[in-house]
Amino acid sequence: MVSHKMNNFGFKISQGRQIDYDSNDRRIANYIYEREPSFRLCIECGGCSATCTTGNHTKFSLRELHILIKRGENKSVRQDLKKCMLCGKCTMVCPRGVNTRNVVILAKQAFQKSDEYAI
Amino acid sequence: MQFDPFVIPFNIGLYFILIYVVARSILWFRDLSKPDKLRLQRGFFGNAFALSLKEIFMESLIHRKILKTNLRLGYMHMSLAFGWFLLIFFGTIEADIFGVKHLNAPYKAIFFRFFHPDHGRMGFEAAYGFLMDLILAFILSGLLLAVIKRFYSKIVGMKKTTRLKLTDRIALTSLWLIFPSRLLAESFTSGAYGTGSFLTGSLGNWLATFLPAQQLAYPFWWLYSISLGTFFILLPITRYMHIPTELFLIFMRNSGIKTGDKAGTYTEVQTYSCSSCGICIDACQLNFSAGITNIQSAYLMKAIRNNDDVSEIAHNCLMCGRCDQKCPVGIELSPIRMIQRREGEAENDIRNIYKGYFRSRQTVISEKSPASVNYNFLRGNDPAKADILYFAGCMTHLTPTIKNSMIKILDASGVNYSFIDEQGGVCCGRPLMLAGQDKEARELINFNSQMIWKSGARTLVTSCPICYKIFKESYYLDVEVLHHTQFIKTLIDDGLVKLNFLRKKVVYHSPCDLGRGSLVYDEPKEVLRHVSKLESSNFEDGNSLCCGGSLANTKISYADKKKIACDAAMELTRNSPDILATACPLCKKTFSAATNTRVADISEIVAEALILNPVKKNSTIHVASLKELANI
Repeated sequence: MVSHKMNNFGFKISQGRQIDYDSNDRRIANYIYEREPSFRLCIECGGCSATCTTGNHTKFSLRELHILIKRGENKSVRQDLKKCMLCGKCTMVCPRGVNTRNVVILAKQAFQKSDEYAI
Repeated sequence: MQFDPFVIPFNIGLYFILIYVVARSILWFRDLSKPDKLRLQRGFFGNAFALSLKEIFMESLIHRKILKTNLRLGYMHMSLAFGWFLLIFFGTIEADIFGVKHLNAPYKAIFFRFFHPDHGRMGFEAAYGFLMDLILAFILSGLLLAVIKRFYSKIVGMKKTTRLKLTDRIALTSLWLIFPSRLLAESFTSGAYGTGSFLTGSLGNWLATFLPAQQLAYPFWWLYSISLGTFFILLPITRYMHIPTELFLIFMRNSGIKTGDKAGTYTEVQTYSCSSCGICIDACQLNFSAGITNIQSAYLMKAIRNNDDVSEIAHNCLMCGRCDQKCPVGIELSPIRMIQRREGEAENDIRNIYKGYFRSRQTVISEKSPASVNYNFLRGNDPAKADILYFAGCMTHLTPTIKNSMIKILDASGVNYSFIDEQGGVCCGRPLMLAGQDKEARELINFNSQMIWKSGARTLVTSCPICYKIFKESYYLDVEVLHHTQFIKTLIDDGLVKLNFLRKKVVYHSPCDLGRGSLVYDEPKEVLRHVSKLESSNFEDGNSLCCGGSLANTKISYADKKKIACDAAMELTRNSPDILATACPLCKKTFSAATNTRVADISEIVAEALILNPVKKNSTIHVASLKELANI
């Protein structure tokens, strides 16, 4: 017990932020690429997040979700996606013409299918 | 002898289809919900039955609606349907009057000439023969059009004709064979006996000069009977099932049955009533602007009938409702498509013999589920109390000029209003609903409803037709929902705003969800007439185009959207107006990128014409002073 107290200095060593494309699960990203090729066009400008209706109420960023899906770090994405209201403002402002609404719909579908081991 | 083996194929086909139709309609009636059954019963003893008979005559036989839109196509359908009906009708009478006895079996009427080859030499008999020949010629003229249409659809004024599956092709071939084989069979018989009127008689006499008519007649009577039999037997598994089904559809519709939001008998009857005529394909902008030709309503109906996977087809649609307007059968195409979108989202659909039981259990559970699962982060603050609520909507926040114009108009009118989503509100829920995610949409609807209730308002004004449609249809509110064009109209009528007349040529584009979707056609135009010179376009009211920006289509690419927008904008700005006016922020945004003409929402035009602090008319003094100035 004493030793535990002594080690607690009030700070921690931060975890590694290595993005390992080989071990990450990129099935969701591939599922979307296949069905919505415009997903590749994203330049991560953040226009979608800036205009987002949901983003106005809570912490929600489509740009972040895009990046996480592409990296294959899907852990938090699934719950966050459910916050999207599909209102379509992001699609309207996207300078690259990414069909963002379909990306969200496909991502939801992909997660559901991954439960059934369909992808 | 009044019987011959060649009538057997016809008899088998006829009795098969009669039994099938009766059995099918009993099954359909059984699957109806209780209120719908009651509606049908009431309709049977009420007005609906007579109305239906009239409609069946006008639409199923004469094809009045197709005739109105496209004369040649209408003639083709009329000659086949009405002509065939006349042939059967007068054929039955002929067999009854001139036959051996009254009340004959159906085949006696159909093959009358075979059993009475000597009939029709003179007098009344000859006149009657002339009538029958005339009807046959009428059908054959339509058939000729149909055959040409299959290979060259422009002949009947259609750009595209439907692609058919194999059984449809076989049925089509047998249908095509029916009347030419009758013509030849009757002609050969007439040629052999020297009877027949202007068509069968002359053709028969000519053929008999170089062919053995007596021997050739019999095979053609067989062909006639076999093609009839094949057609009848294939009927249930082909698009020709629409012939008997449409009669049910008309009666059900007249009895007051609606599609609703769940699949059921009425949806099934409607899908089978689609004749794949292809009018919806020509009406579809995805076809004529973007070149997408496999998702139109005719193909959706076909895919549903064949139990194919329709999720891709169902979602690739702008939901503009142009096909609903054009459908000559009056099938509610958009609601059926919405049902298909919802079906795709249904999770854990249990399909077994206890289907009905599980379905009812599932609905009970879903109703008891907690109100908000996905959007529990939403915190409603108490809205300000006001008489009138202004709900801009997501898209209006993207086009701030519309929002600012509305604020200017509201301020100028001096009404007591509150801007409910000034700080950026919550989506109305329609985009989710259009994507088939009804449960999620319901959560947003509940949240917004609470906000509106709390404000105690009596009127809700919205700038976005998408919001307007869902507020009107899917919210259970005790407030009056108005689109801002309707609201501005009431402001003008009540004299609360004074407007200048802008000397500008304006063309109005009717947004899909406001026009066809909610039937608000006149108010926007009246407001525009009040402030500007409104010009008409080729695409008015029910025929108006979609801007292509529709949220309903999640599958279409950016490039295709752009094509639709450019085509629509080009059509609307054909007479080079000063302003292309619309009443939807989404249309405005889409059109702005597609044309050089100025695109403006009606609220912007009205705000421009607004006279702030109207001065009382004492301008005579002013003029006098000017004169004085001139004298000096």
